[in-house]
Amino acid sequence: MIAVLLRDLKLATRAGGGFGLGLVFFLIVVVLVPFGVGPETAVLSRIAPGILWVAALLAALLSLDRIFALDHEDGTLTLLATAPIPLETVAVAKASAHWLTTGVPLTIAAPILGVLLQLQPVAVGAVIVTLALGTPALSIIGTFGAALTVGVRRGGLLLSLLVLPLYVPTLIFGAEAVRRSADGLDATTPLLMLAGITAGAVALLPFATAAVLRMNLR
Amino acid sequence: MMPDLGKYAVEVLLAYGVSIAILLGLIVLSWRQSRAVKRQLEQVEARRHG
Amino acid sequence: MSMWEYANPKKFMGWTGPVLPWLFGGAALCLITGLIWGFFFTPDDFRQGSTVKIIYLHVPSALMAINAWMMMLVASLIWLVRRHHVSALAAKAAAPVGVAMTLIALATGAIWGQPMWGTYWAWDPRLTSFLILFLFYLGYMALWAAIDDPDTAADLTSVLCMVGSVFALLSRYAVNFWNQGLHQGASLSLDKEKNVADVFYQPLLLSIAGFVLLFVGLVILRTRTEIRSRRLGALLRREG
Repeated sequence: MIAVLLRDLKLATRAGGGFGLGLVFFLIVVVLVPFGVGPETAVLSRIAPGILWVAALLAALLSLDRIFALDHEDGTLTLLATAPIPLETVAVAKASAHWLTTGVPLTIAAPILGVLLQLQPVAVGAVIVTLALGTPALSIIGTFGAALTVGVRRGGLLLSLLVLPLYVPTLIFGAEAVRRSADGLDATTPLLMLAGITAGAVALLPFATAAVLRMNLR
Repeated sequence: MMPDLGKYAVEVLLAYGVSIAILLGLIVLSWRQSRAVKRQLEQVEARRHG
Repeated sequence: MSMWEYANPKKFMGWTGPVLPWLFGGAALCLITGLIWGFFFTPDDFRQGSTVKIIYLHVPSALMAINAWMMMLVASLIWLVRRHHVSALAAKAAAPVGVAMTLIALATGAIWGQPMWGTYWAWDPRLTSFLILFLFYLGYMALWAAIDDPDTAADLTSVLCMVGSVFALLSRYAVNFWNQGLHQGASLSLDKEKNVADVFYQPLLLSIAGFVLLFVGLVILRTRTEIRSRRLGALLRREG
């Protein structure tokens, strides 16, 4: 499994691997929002948690179709399916690679970009924690979606249509936790729900992903 | 004949209008699709057995 | 194409043919009676005026929107476990009907909400959940359309339906959490039948019965079309 993981990481960070793309996209979206809603501090400060979360979510989407596409094209995926390691493990490895190359950088960049959106300083911790808790869910859900669409030519748009509704619970609880933190309220409930969703997704979706990959490879 | 819908006449009529339109649209579409495929199938089967 | 050799589709075509006219006839009867009764012969509500008449469309369509998805879920499970093609096609056939029901529920909900909330869309938790359900339906239909091989499409959409169901439930809870402050026990409590007075209840029941019959009829009609379509495709492939 480590081998698959390391290989994916190397592929992603190589030139043309799209590593920085997600981060740059994150930045661009965050920069665009004030142009859209106006520069008023009070307004931006209020919506900053939501914008950061939505932008992170969209940025995570960008690299999803790469997860299986390249391997599928050159036949590596079929090899992986017949290899001694369980396909479920491959799914986890791929999702982890996605998380390490997309989720983690987004989590680190978010507080910095939060400055652009007048994010309340007291909420910075919540931003980091919620993204750290939530981005693994985004990665594993995205991996499931990528497995569904692996055989579809130009499946990127379909992938987004399938995955974004699945992101809604994570988004709601993540953004809500940051908002409560910004208002000085107790954010335990949404944080627990967020963690619960991630835990459940990581525990169960690899099985669905592997099943779907087998279906597609038949 | 029309009941006095009072100040909400527009809303009620709009709701009924939209709903009935969607239902009729779905029914007509499903019916048309069914007939078209049935006809095509009959043609092809006639070619096979004819 | 081995599918046609299964007795299943043939038997299905066999018994559904005669049953369909009864289903549609019954649906028309219940719907027309229920709606006319509700529209013309029920009083206005004290608080909501004549908009209460929208209930005869909003409640049944909302119920069917959910039930359609649940039927798709069961059909998907049957396909995954028992590989009955009719089941897979029935799920595929039900999706557009479910979408229509969801749209009606959303439209009537929004229109009904306008005089009550002062805006066409107030992100009410229940309506929002239906909006999310609408997106799930669209994704399901899009996936069916995108996959060439019919059996693989059936497999993938079945798994999507299952995973989607879990997340739809999660979303319902999340959305209630997200908007709990604004509409506590508000007008939509009329959805609960115990809050609906008798005089509204009977035409509502008729309307619901009409919607159910219409749903079953449409799904059967569309499934027959799917079965024929598959047969057509198989024959054309053999010819060409």
